[in-house]
Amino acid sequence: MQHNNQHNTQRYLVTLLLAMCLKILPLPVVLNYLNPDWVLLVLIYWTLATPERVGVFNALVIGILVDVLTGRLLGQHALIYALISYTCLKLHKRLRHYPVPQQALFIFLLLMFSQMMMFWIENIQAPVQLTVSFWVPVFTGTILWPLVYSGLRYFRIFGFHGRHD
Amino acid sequence: MDNTRSILSVLVYPIQLLVSMPVDFVEDTYEMLISYTDLKKENAILKQKQLIDSIKLLKFAALENENIRLRSLLENSFKLGEQVLVAELLSVNLVPYEHVVVVNKGSRFGVYAKQPVLDGSGVVGQVIRSLPLSSEIMLITDPNHAIPVQVNRNGLRTIAIGSGQLDRLILPFLPNNADILPGDLLVTSGLGGTFPQGYPVAVVDNFTVQPNKPFANIYATPKAQLDRSRELLIVWTDSTPVPLTFPQPKTQTQTQTQTQTQTQTKTKTKTKTKTKTKTETETETETETETETSAENAAQ
Repeated sequence: MQHNNQHNTQRYLVTLLLAMCLKILPLPVVLNYLNPDWVLLVLIYWTLATPERVGVFNALVIGILVDVLTGRLLGQHALIYALISYTCLKLHKRLRHYPVPQQALFIFLLLMFSQMMMFWIENIQAPVQLTVSFWVPVFTGTILWPLVYSGLRYFRIFGFHGRHD
Repeated sequence: MDNTRSILSVLVYPIQLLVSMPVDFVEDTYEMLISYTDLKKENAILKQKQLIDSIKLLKFAALENENIRLRSLLENSFKLGEQVLVAELLSVNLVPYEHVVVVNKGSRFGVYAKQPVLDGSGVVGQVIRSLPLSSEIMLITDPNHAIPVQVNRNGLRTIAIGSGQLDRLILPFLPNNADILPGDLLVTSGLGGTFPQGYPVAVVDNFTVQPNKPFANIYATPKAQLDRSRELLIVWTDSTPVPLTFPQPKTQTQTQTQTQTQTQTKTKTKTKTKTKTKTETETETETETETETSAENAAQ
């Protein structure tokens, strides 16, 4: 069991690092607007998969790191991630038993909530011009959720070695 | 709060470097694969350009000297040149709806917030946050950015606001009868206090009169190559103008390492022809500065 936990921590950190890289990846303009909040998706997955280990405080710390990474107001992502992580913790037993499409619907709500909070907080600092493209990452995130879910699940269980480990 | 961010940014900087690495690698390999003939051709072109530029500079040196002299006759203070630091862009993208870029020079090199940033052909933007190892630069095309400009042809002053598109600035505050034409060069007016005066910003490319509205519809294209240049120049301006009327003690300049510091107070004697202008306040960054520019020259 100890062994397994160590593996899990390692894999958790690797996926998180990857998500942070994907979040600031320079892309062509169109893809740029499609780029979803990878860190949030990964965080949601790990909260659902190992709720006893990945909690609200964890989300808070990662949120602050993402704030620094993307140059936002310190605590903006932290607040949003903490709230979403709390929701996931409360509902993880139910969410785990949903079929993946139904899960994706719930993820859609969470991503929408995150983007609305983002808009709200930035609008308090300075008025933001809102375009439709601001909401696009919510939809791409929802569409990509089954992929993220199965990919992370595979990686969490089998790691780098594949099924034959 | 800023301290926290500085400390955490050191933790996060490797991630930004990691993301930036593949792009840098591709560009480096591409540079390695350039053929000998291409290099020779480029070298010839650059030599020619350098010759032309140096001839232009010769004339500017004389003009600048004359300018200083004339201003001193008017008992006016003259603002002298700037120093720059070359910073390289990191290929990362912070948020899609803002035009903010990251460069690899930070407060370790003395970079501070609100510093103007230029490239070879014009104004790029300003530093909005300097972290220990990197700094964030807001481009002039960011929707939240505005820059005070004036038309080079007739000195008409206005404000250019970013549009959110990399190739467009908006001039929303000019009336329908304003004297402005497509092709006019906009230069910084220096009124905001952030940007030094006289650097090229944009070229007006569209002027539409709106008869039923108080202001005309004017667009401009930035001069700087915002989506192409990888090396940016962070500028230190001498915000305190050098007084010309009373002499400064010579000992101050002697302590600095440079031997050629020209005493700006002596310009009244009008004998200098090969004057070299230098800002004296920013000596701690001297080791990093690669080139020197002069504020008044770029306008022409």
